[in-house]
Amino acid sequence: MDWINAIIQGALIGGLYALFAAGLSLMFGVMRLVNIAHGDLIVLASYLALVVVETLGLSPFVSLAIVVPAMFVLGYALQRGLLNFTLGGDILPPLLVTFGLSIIIQNALLEGFSADDQKLQVGGFETASIQITDQLAIGWFPAAIFLTAVVVIALLELLLYRTALGRAFRATSDDPDTAKLYGVRNQHVFALATGISLAVISIAAVFLAVRTTFDPASGPARLIFAFEAVIIGGLGSLWGTLAGGVVLGVAQAIGAQLNPGWETLAGHVAFLVVLVIRPRGLFPKLAD
Amino acid sequence: MTAAAQIPAYRIERSTRASRLALVGFVVAVVALLSLPLWDGEDDLGSIVEICYMLALAQCWNLLAGYAGLVSVGQQAFVGIGGYALFAFTILLGVPPIPAVVLAGIAAAVLAFPTALIVFRLRGAYFAIGTWVVAEVFRGVMGQIRALGTGTGMSLPVAISRAVAESRAGREIVLYYTGLAIGIGTVLMVFFWLRSRQGLALTAIRDSETAAGSVGVNNERTKLAVYLIAALATGMIGALIYLEKLRISPDAAFDVIDWTADVIFIVVIGGIGSIEGPFLGALVFFGLRYLLADYGAWYMILLGATAVVIMLRAPRGLWGLLADRFDIQLFPVHRRVRLR
Repeated sequence: MDWINAIIQGALIGGLYALFAAGLSLMFGVMRLVNIAHGDLIVLASYLALVVVETLGLSPFVSLAIVVPAMFVLGYALQRGLLNFTLGGDILPPLLVTFGLSIIIQNALLEGFSADDQKLQVGGFETASIQITDQLAIGWFPAAIFLTAVVVIALLELLLYRTALGRAFRATSDDPDTAKLYGVRNQHVFALATGISLAVISIAAVFLAVRTTFDPASGPARLIFAFEAVIIGGLGSLWGTLAGGVVLGVAQAIGAQLNPGWETLAGHVAFLVVLVIRPRGLFPKLAD
Repeated sequence: MTAAAQIPAYRIERSTRASRLALVGFVVAVVALLSLPLWDGEDDLGSIVEICYMLALAQCWNLLAGYAGLVSVGQQAFVGIGGYALFAFTILLGVPPIPAVVLAGIAAAVLAFPTALIVFRLRGAYFAIGTWVVAEVFRGVMGQIRALGTGTGMSLPVAISRAVAESRAGREIVLYYTGLAIGIGTVLMVFFWLRSRQGLALTAIRDSETAAGSVGVNNERTKLAVYLIAALATGMIGALIYLEKLRISPDAAFDVIDWTADVIFIVVIGGIGSIEGPFLGALVFFGLRYLLADYGAWYMILLGATAVVIMLRAPRGLWGLLADRFDIQLFPVHRRVRLR
């Protein structure tokens, strides 16, 4: 029964990885930008929540009302002020600029908050669970995480396929120059995409900060989980990304059951196996 | 009018006056470094070894990213493998330390082959993160091996550091010459590689993959060769680093900041896609570190910001600015047609 509990738990936590991955995937989809600082921006959002919680005395979940818009604005500004200048044919500038940004954010957080572990507290909610049978229980918190992930991804799908902004996203993704001819303001559209990406990851960042500790150096691991979920799920498919997150979460849960030291390693192995067997992921959509 | 008459007289130049002067300078510098223990004592040897291995790591990364378009963020995998292979060969198999450094490089190249088969399925930025994941896998696996100290790591037994040389001073001298050999050897390896047929293919790939493929360059094989040779050199450098440090742990040996981020900053600031760039980058890197030693995190912030600004304003780095301004090349790897 421990096994079934662990696997269900892992699948639900996979929702978080799916949200991290959705942010990465959105930026790559719209402007072919892979943001190496993605994980560090996730950690930055966690610290922002920490500051809001500590100064205003709010619950971490209420702090989302401040953190999400703040991260949206930061994302918009970051794209307009810096990342737009890296776009073009060459892959080096976006890669190396976001890599530099990653190191800058990590060290700025280290300077501001020290290397101590931090965690957000929500009272008893994180450990409360719904008893299904005598031995089988589903935590309220993991269930809430998964439900949030499903709702956010459904909203992103609606945004992409049912709104004018979504059309602009898809148009610039297909061909930025032609999109421009039809009146799409690419620079603005790219900035909105990054803003939305950071808004989405900050939701997941707050949930994860409740579940596990974080410190200024946690970013790269978050980036790697997001990336693994994207590749497992298949490029360009948001629901595939959810599946990728779940596969990753389950693999980590199985690894942790076998040996506490194997949790992340098992996730990496699942990623490598998918890459070898199905290089285009489980549910590929984009050709690139 | 014959066809021959239409072709003006020409010759193909490789060396220039600057490069011939640079060769003299290079030889003088090498002689000075070789004789350093005789006239400068032993105080600076450790710092020079560190400069040598950072420069060598930078040359390897530059060969990958600047020429083959393989932007790896996972070279720490091969530093770690090299370091661990040194410990395994000397402690478990009883190989003498210096031959073990060479074997460690070979071990890294051997492991690089299956790694390449997997990560070469990813393109561009996804390749970068893929190499990082592989490095994390190697870190995780090393942390599980009991004979190599699991996650807490282990120290090199005194008997083995004695096998390098009996006295502490003797050990420093041996490490110094090994470091110099690896530093100079890596630069020469990259130089002659770029001047060879392989190098011509690589330069073609750097300029345009499609065009290179259409004139008969086997892109995949050329990239694989570069990946393996970079792993070989990086593994040897890793073994040297841990022969000097005497203590290894998975977190230190597979550290992305020490063995990849710093190296990337050296190359980007100095100038990606040239042999001269990493020299200049190393100068800036160690200079800034010397000046800002007391500022900890601010040093890394400044380094990161410098790299970001350079990437945006001068993508070919400081050396690119100098080379364009004065039209110089110190390591003659290009060919130039001169009409008479």
